[in-house]
Amino acid sequence: MEHLIDILQLSTQEIDEMVATANDIIDHPEAYAHKCDGKILATLFFEPSTRTRLSFESAMLGLGGKVLGFSSASSSSAAKGESVSDTVRTVSCYSDIIAMRHPKEGAPLVASMHSEVPVINAGDGGHNHPTQTLTDLLTINREKGRFNDLTVGFCGDLKFGRTVHSLISALSRYTGIKIVLISPEELKLPSYVKAEALKKNNIPYEQTTDLESVMPQLDILYMTRVQRERFFNEEDYLRLKDSYILTPEKLVNAKKDLCILHPLPRVNEISVAVDDDPRACYFKQVRNGRFIRMALILKLLGIE
Amino acid sequence: MIIDAISNGIVIDHISAGKAMKLYNILGLDKLDCSVALLKNVSSGKLGRKDIIKIDRVLDLDWDVIGYVDPGITVNIIKDGKLAEKRQLKLPERITNVIRCKNPRCITSVEQELPQIFTLTDEETRTYRCLYCETKAEK
Repeated sequence: MEHLIDILQLSTQEIDEMVATANDIIDHPEAYAHKCDGKILATLFFEPSTRTRLSFESAMLGLGGKVLGFSSASSSSAAKGESVSDTVRTVSCYSDIIAMRHPKEGAPLVASMHSEVPVINAGDGGHNHPTQTLTDLLTINREKGRFNDLTVGFCGDLKFGRTVHSLISALSRYTGIKIVLISPEELKLPSYVKAEALKKNNIPYEQTTDLESVMPQLDILYMTRVQRERFFNEEDYLRLKDSYILTPEKLVNAKKDLCILHPLPRVNEISVAVDDDPRACYFKQVRNGRFIRMALILKLLGIE
Repeated sequence: MIIDAISNGIVIDHISAGKAMKLYNILGLDKLDCSVALLKNVSSGKLGRKDIIKIDRVLDLDWDVIGYVDPGITVNIIKDGKLAEKRQLKLPERITNVIRCKNPRCITSVEQELPQIFTLTDEETRTYRCLYCETKAEK
């Protein structure tokens, strides 16, 4: 039985296959509408989420399956002190596949060790969020048609952003990738991610605090939210936050086929004026999230 | 300084100077009722200074724990006054319930009954990471 806890569990070939399935689902949704008839997805969300939970539920419904679950720890037996392993043993009696989000890092791994059915990590604290990475990869594939030979800029909070770490790790396995890291000094990519993903795979990278200076070379710009609570000095936060608001003016020197991504939710780091730019792909990304999750559910359930 | 030779027991040799007490505590040697000698700062041609532990009984030890504390250790098992077995240790791939994860966001911080498992992720730098949250173990 397969689980998905960490994006690096999937080989590049498996990712290619899932991306191909997702693209086929987009083109022929009716062919997949009954693939999961009689199957049940349990969404165990121990902390709130908008996109991820609804995306999983929408994915299963789109495959003809049914969903059950809870959307906060307070409405589950976790509130009574039940362990993750006991919860998952119980839920695996009621469902065919489980998607779990948990504030504690490693909780989905613990669940996978005790589950009778496949477990998908739908986000564990600041640790992993593999289905967001799959969503990012599907979007890159659809917009660029490849995973090789891309210059990818990551902008904002690169220190605490789990989606950034996972996507960098996933992209590091392809050839011709160059990474550009744009962040305030205080929110630079942790050295262990640089060592284990970039240096180990000989991926060239550059670090800067100036988004506009690197804009012309980017094929993909991955924006993230700069989080106020990470700063000790309000003045620094306000200064840095403003430098990473993406506006149409900052895109003047960008490539015509730049692809702008954001895992969402956004606060103000992408001006709404950018939403109408054809290079803004973050709402397409949301849409793609549903299709790649459909492909993932099929893969883990062993349905062709 | 003279410590009697043992006829049936274990000699844990080539311990980096200063680590014997840590090993003594982790292996729970204080609970043994046989003679245990702990020698510190012994002259060594190879290490300059080393520690040695002699246990006057043959017993099962957790080799992974010994390898984790100091992979350069040699373990000699003595039977009837003769060297019966010599073990060269190495860093274990995985250690269980030897060290605890210090990450307050790790699932082990709230579910105390989970085994504390760490895996070797970089042999060169002797880096171990928590199996659950991948936080680096403190040395």
